[in-house]
Amino acid sequence: MPLVENGKIVEDRFVRIGADDPIPDRVPVIVPAARFLAEADALTARDGSLGVAWPNNRRVAELKPWLGHLTLIALEFPKFRDGRAYSQARLLREQYGFRGTLRATGDVLRDQFQFLTRAGFDSFEVRKPADAAAFAKSVARYSVVYQPGADGSLPALRRRLQRAGAASVPKES
Amino acid sequence: MTSPLDQKKIKVTGPVVVTANRTRDGAVIYRCADGWTTNLGDAAIVTDAAGAQALMSAAAADDLGAIGPYVAPVQLLPGGQVRPGNLRERIRVGGPTIALPIAAAKVLEKHRVQA
Amino acid sequence: MYIYDAFDRTLVNERVADFRDQVARRLAGELTEEEFKPLRLMNGVYLQLHAYMLRIAIPYGTLSSRQLRMLAHVARKYDRGYGHFTTRQNIQFHWIKLAELPNAMAELASVGMHGMQTSGNCVRNITTDQWAGVAPDEIEDPRIWAELIRQHVTLHPEFSFMPRKFKIAVGTAVHDRAALRIHDLALRMHCNEAGERGFEVMVGGGLGRTPFLAQTIKPFLATRDVLSYVEAVLRTYNQFGRRDNMWKARIKILVHELGAEAFAKEVEAEWQAIRDGALVLDDATIKDIASRFKYPRYERLADNSPEFAQARKTDQRFDAWVSNCVNNHKVPGYAIVTLSLKPEGGTPGDATDVQMDAIADLADRYSFGEVRVGHEQNLVLPHVAQRDLPALWRALDPLGVALPNINSIADIISCPGLDYCSLANARSIPIAQEISRRFKNLDLQRDLGRLHVNISGCINACGHHHVGHIGILGVEKNGEEFYQITLGGKADEHARLGDLIGPAVPYAQVADVVEDIAAAYLELRERPDELFIDTLKRTGIEPFRERVYAAR
Repeated sequence: MPLVENGKIVEDRFVRIGADDPIPDRVPVIVPAARFLAEADALTARDGSLGVAWPNNRRVAELKPWLGHLTLIALEFPKFRDGRAYSQARLLREQYGFRGTLRATGDVLRDQFQFLTRAGFDSFEVRKPADAAAFAKSVARYSVVYQPGADGSLPALRRRLQRAGAASVPKES
Repeated sequence: MTSPLDQKKIKVTGPVVVTANRTRDGAVIYRCADGWTTNLGDAAIVTDAAGAQALMSAAAADDLGAIGPYVAPVQLLPGGQVRPGNLRERIRVGGPTIALPIAAAKVLEKHRVQA
Repeated sequence: MYIYDAFDRTLVNERVADFRDQVARRLAGELTEEEFKPLRLMNGVYLQLHAYMLRIAIPYGTLSSRQLRMLAHVARKYDRGYGHFTTRQNIQFHWIKLAELPNAMAELASVGMHGMQTSGNCVRNITTDQWAGVAPDEIEDPRIWAELIRQHVTLHPEFSFMPRKFKIAVGTAVHDRAALRIHDLALRMHCNEAGERGFEVMVGGGLGRTPFLAQTIKPFLATRDVLSYVEAVLRTYNQFGRRDNMWKARIKILVHELGAEAFAKEVEAEWQAIRDGALVLDDATIKDIASRFKYPRYERLADNSPEFAQARKTDQRFDAWVSNCVNNHKVPGYAIVTLSLKPEGGTPGDATDVQMDAIADLADRYSFGEVRVGHEQNLVLPHVAQRDLPALWRALDPLGVALPNINSIADIISCPGLDYCSLANARSIPIAQEISRRFKNLDLQRDLGRLHVNISGCINACGHHHVGHIGILGVEKNGEEFYQITLGGKADEHARLGDLIGPAVPYAQVADVVEDIAAAYLELRERPDELFIDTLKRTGIEPFRERVYAAR
């Protein structure tokens, strides 16, 4: 599955570690949630970037004590229709202040790229190579949005008010 | 008629066909030997679960041409004609059982004649 | 009505382009149906028995004449010459071809219309009172709030893949004409002791397999907090709503399983974290949206002028129409006119392209170019000068939309049912048609008074049968169509779910049963002006049950 970051397909420098695998030093790793919680002290003291794979049916608030130590959090879309990770992403970004990499994994498809980006994801394990290649085009599909987003896009309400300085009479649509 | 779209295990207790809707325009279609037909009379008819499963597999494989295939009962008349086997399928063949607004009825008739 | 600006238009156009691309990829085999289905649903494209169905959003039920003409055009060009107005203030076309959809949508987009979020597991059309903006008993126009919320939830990155659909209604009037308590989320405006306007927030209503009425989780929400609170509700639902079982995935189940209090606490905790953030509705923002709602330049006209009274005296049919279809307006000298889409023997809520074009013209002439759609599946001309009523009526009558049967037993609310819908177990339209034929006599309709009949062809309850005075639910028994009858449901501020009166009856007997119920009412009522629903409350269902099942 191609990994997309910054609009391009990139090599994944992180290694996925299983529940019982040994954890190499000085290698960026992604550890499953249960293991992370059980070994958090050792993992955060370890030499090497640390990531956690968090399931979509557990509150991300549990990660709050360690956010400063986490380089990456991988959130899960078991099926793309299961949108719980969007809420998890926004909570991490907007309420808990997570600044590291937020990776979308699982059933990640092209038609969700812009939603994902606006929810705060910046790393994407994309299911289909063709979708990965089309990332840059797909992520900018809508130039007008109605909500504030993590990508800095200004909602239409705000843009309107900014414009309203020019006091124009709305035209019939 | 309980939606057959929830069919999980295929049970066949009489003659059946596999039916679906054509992807590009939603028209009612029936699985036949080499593809699909809009004419129930030309549909492949099977009488056991294995036969139905084979038709379903072929139908499901044609994701481009057809959507939502399922097994539907038919009635075989002595003269060889095939009739839909329940009310839902009768409605799919004949259209709504109610009179459409007059203008609409004329258009529907025109489409029927062309099809 | 709300005037789209460049931002709104751009979004709709980009949506059309997006969908056109998705349809092209689907037809080229680059998207499977499994991948495409949620995408088409989010544009209101369903697959039904005979064809695709396109559901077009009519935000809070408000249409311009220009938009109505475009609907007529779409009906002619892409469909079979008619459309169906739904119980959620939308319109449906039942014969659309997928390959032609992008073009139809582009044409609709040119007048600011779309099918966005009329289906799928997202927030659906936000509905309100069809008399919004002109009702004498409203505090203020609810559509401003509906529009604020509508924009906020449109293509919302976090809430486009929720456990299930989410329906919101807003009301600001004393009388609830928006059926607030059957919605997932309802906002009812009222004033606190200090005279400030705020909203009672109710959550967890919904019909279907497990019907519930919404419960109050916040008695008074300040208007500045509307968006942030709605966000908190949606976030709580998105995270904790069930996803294991489609029939248990609505928020009503979550509220029921947690309990309203625990649910309210969960929402409150989330809300406290965001209430002073980017979603605060300051006065400037509210003013801006409100300013985009254009209201007519009403004239100063006499109310109930002698000429008008004379016209009523002179023509009995006109008078009957005024008594039934015309309601008081906020502004003196004006009136709210309801157009019945319930012709005798017809399909409730259907209108032909000819009717739509003609109504658009009449709206231009007599209603400042504005039309409304009600959840009862009738249309409304909201700004008619009383002095124009005679001329308007003479024009409406030949169109077949001036039957004085509003709120009568003939004003039936019905889903499309098995004649169209792939979810249905039984037909609903022929039942409605037969009932309307049995009760075609206007004197009988008047005598029976306000009597709401609601018909659903399956448990999904799109006909809102649970809240009908007489509710009819189609079920299947051994391949035959049967119908459960409920009595005593109410959709207004005294919302109530109806009670089942006995075993389901076969298709051929449903109209007979309704006649028996009507006959029982006439015998049981204490006075001619005791409404059916009040008689029923007084006697209970037992005498009705007895009457219906005596010979069955």
